[in-house]
Amino acid sequence: MSDSTAISNSAAAEAHQEHPAYQRHHFESVDQQFDATNFAMWLFLLTEVMFFGGLFTAYLIMRNWYYPAFVEASHQLNIGWGTANTAVLILSSFTMAMGVWSAEMRKKGMLLLFLSLTFILGLAFLGIKTIEYHEKWEKHHVPGLHWSDASFLNPASDPEVYKEYHDPPLAADMAGKTEMYFFLYFAMTGMHALHMIIGISILGFMLVRARAGAYTTGHVTYVENFGLYWHFVDIIWIFLFPLLYLISRY
Amino acid sequence: MSAATIVSLPDQSTARIPKMNFLSKENGLLSWLLTGDHKRIATLYLISITFFFFIGGSLAGLIRLELLTPQTSLMAADTYNKVFTMHGVIMVFLFLVPSVPATIGNFVIPMMVGAKDLALPKVNLLSWYLYVVAGIMVVYSMAAGGVDTGWTFTSPLSTHYLNTHVISTGLAIFVAGFSSIFTGLNFIVTIHKMRCPGMTWFRLPLFVWSNYAASILMVLGTPVLAITLVLVVLERTLHIGVFDPAYGGDPILFQHLFWFYSHPAVYIMILPGMGVISEVVSTFSRKRVFGYTAVAFSSVAIAVFGFFVWAHHMFIMGISNYAALVFSLLTMLVAVPSAIKIFNWAFTLYKGSITFETPMLYAFGFMGLFTIGGMTGVFLGSTGTDIHLTETYFIVAHFHFVMVGGMLMAFLSGIHFWWPKWTGRMYPEKISQFAAVVTFIGFNFTFFPQFILGTLGMPRRYAAYPPEFQALNVFSTAGATILGIGYLLPILYLTWSLKYGAIAGSNPWQATGLEWQTQSPPLTENFPETPIMDHEAYDYDWLEHQEQKEVASVG
Repeated sequence: MSDSTAISNSAAAEAHQEHPAYQRHHFESVDQQFDATNFAMWLFLLTEVMFFGGLFTAYLIMRNWYYPAFVEASHQLNIGWGTANTAVLILSSFTMAMGVWSAEMRKKGMLLLFLSLTFILGLAFLGIKTIEYHEKWEKHHVPGLHWSDASFLNPASDPEVYKEYHDPPLAADMAGKTEMYFFLYFAMTGMHALHMIIGISILGFMLVRARAGAYTTGHVTYVENFGLYWHFVDIIWIFLFPLLYLISRY
Repeated sequence: MSAATIVSLPDQSTARIPKMNFLSKENGLLSWLLTGDHKRIATLYLISITFFFFIGGSLAGLIRLELLTPQTSLMAADTYNKVFTMHGVIMVFLFLVPSVPATIGNFVIPMMVGAKDLALPKVNLLSWYLYVVAGIMVVYSMAAGGVDTGWTFTSPLSTHYLNTHVISTGLAIFVAGFSSIFTGLNFIVTIHKMRCPGMTWFRLPLFVWSNYAASILMVLGTPVLAITLVLVVLERTLHIGVFDPAYGGDPILFQHLFWFYSHPAVYIMILPGMGVISEVVSTFSRKRVFGYTAVAFSSVAIAVFGFFVWAHHMFIMGISNYAALVFSLLTMLVAVPSAIKIFNWAFTLYKGSITFETPMLYAFGFMGLFTIGGMTGVFLGSTGTDIHLTETYFIVAHFHFVMVGGMLMAFLSGIHFWWPKWTGRMYPEKISQFAAVVTFIGFNFTFFPQFILGTLGMPRRYAAYPPEFQALNVFSTAGATILGIGYLLPILYLTWSLKYGAIAGSNPWQATGLEWQTQSPPLTENFPETPIMDHEAYDYDWLEHQEQKEVASVG
């Protein structure tokens, strides 16, 4: 061990053994690289579960406390748009899965097609979400910024929702708690939308790289791991949709 | 070489630092700022956390100085609130949480498992940048006027009553949290997927096990803190939220979410330190750690139990009696794996060939102080005594015994232990032994009186106190001065040793870990070729055999 220069020279020589360009130097093999990065992605998703877990906990506790307010506030959500968005997201998960498959099959054209479709569906989701947020703004249902509890003190003032649910007027203090519902609604869907925006940005980056043929050389780790992320964001919505939209319907 | 030491250095007249090593490979600022090398990132971390340790330490000095007299003589009560808050925030999030994992762990874990690097070098670098951003945000908050909520950000104090820089500090901790998540994630992936041939789970050094356990806590706990802080920030900006009772929120919910992270966080802080102690105790008593498997699993047990004890911070906050009962019981259970460790270290020492190099002195300090800190934790875990002692200086003394007496001792032990590997040079032994003793004495002078103050009923977090408590507070402040010197000394002599220290050679301690079987400082790739682990951990017979072989082959 005294003659370390000799050791390091041989190390430098060995470091440049033949391996695919996409294998990083510190991995022994491509398999190890794939295993490690894939495992890391799953762990990251686990942290995301805990991250959203805090919000879900808060939601469930508050819903339990202020049940009437949460029921009536939930009636304000537009089930049509919510269902449409759920469909859009599930479809986008399908196109993403097809994208991963195309990358594995080394079909560049199909990969581009499916990534673009996922990209467009992601934007469509955000578009629909914007319509919904806009509706909340017009109805003064944005907590802290643009808020009035008139629709809960006097539900008849909102004929469209009233016609469907015939909600009784809430007492003033309970009506105030609907603001809590909308706070959680915006916090949860907003955090979800932020994840969508990040996902769409990465998709845009991947589209550029895919055009250059980066993912159709047999190295699909990046696409596959992004796919996991995308499905995860989808699953979060699968929990948000019933908890926010459907749970108080009947 | 006397009989009282195991240090074996190469012949100083001919020994050289290897020309090719991770420090000399590339030069220039960019080669550091864009590096993927875990050893360089560990070095960056070491410099940054030392910087923040000294800011946090100076704030501690101010606190002790203020408490020298019963009146608010040095600063106004408001300023005092800010000072202890910033001390807590910096020490917890910018020093203790990353201290051992991000520096020593980052440096040695890949070598211990026989890998070239952590699994995700770029994520590792990103984690350091996030740390720096968080640090800058904390410094900004401090410069802009500080924050005075206490490091716990208790709502509604933090969301309703105070007008200090809660938002920027909260976001800083959010960012620091992600830095910690990425470190933990990287460790778990590396330990699972990057072990060299022959390195089975039960051949891993115990340092790796304890960091693995801490990483589980980082990965699962920290996101909950992150979302809690997001909700606090939203509540402050929108004036509606789930924590403040004025808006119909539940402050207990904040406590649950906050302590769901922040209790496991104390295990994030202490577990890696326990790993250091396992390595050091084994090396300086020349014995395999007694009950290796028990020590390994006790780390995991601490991590698992650690997630189910958080409500013991809330015994006086209005949780139900049944909850208090269950959480009290679970808290007692955590004492079991901690005690397993202490007993097993003691049995490792039994009939070992013990030598008293600096890392070992710090390790002895750890064992004594952590035991006191841990035992007083059991007092606090019992609901009856907790109601009397909580929010007094007893709490302050308890967690400083664990965090400073435990973790900081372990950190210093580890820094001295791996310093020769890190820099290729030895630290000066005599003065560092002196520093270790000074630290131990100073520590006891500082914090032991606080146990007494606490039982006498002196509340924490106040700038002023009744005059009858002054004598013990003077003791404590005097001790803090000694402690300060104890911490200043290593900075001076370790810096000195960078240029003038004796050449260490690859294995000055005759230790068995794989990291000692390569040159010091190591190559960027750690090993000339992928090592093959063909022996158990802490196998000193194997090491002796290796040396005989080497001598034979040279001869």
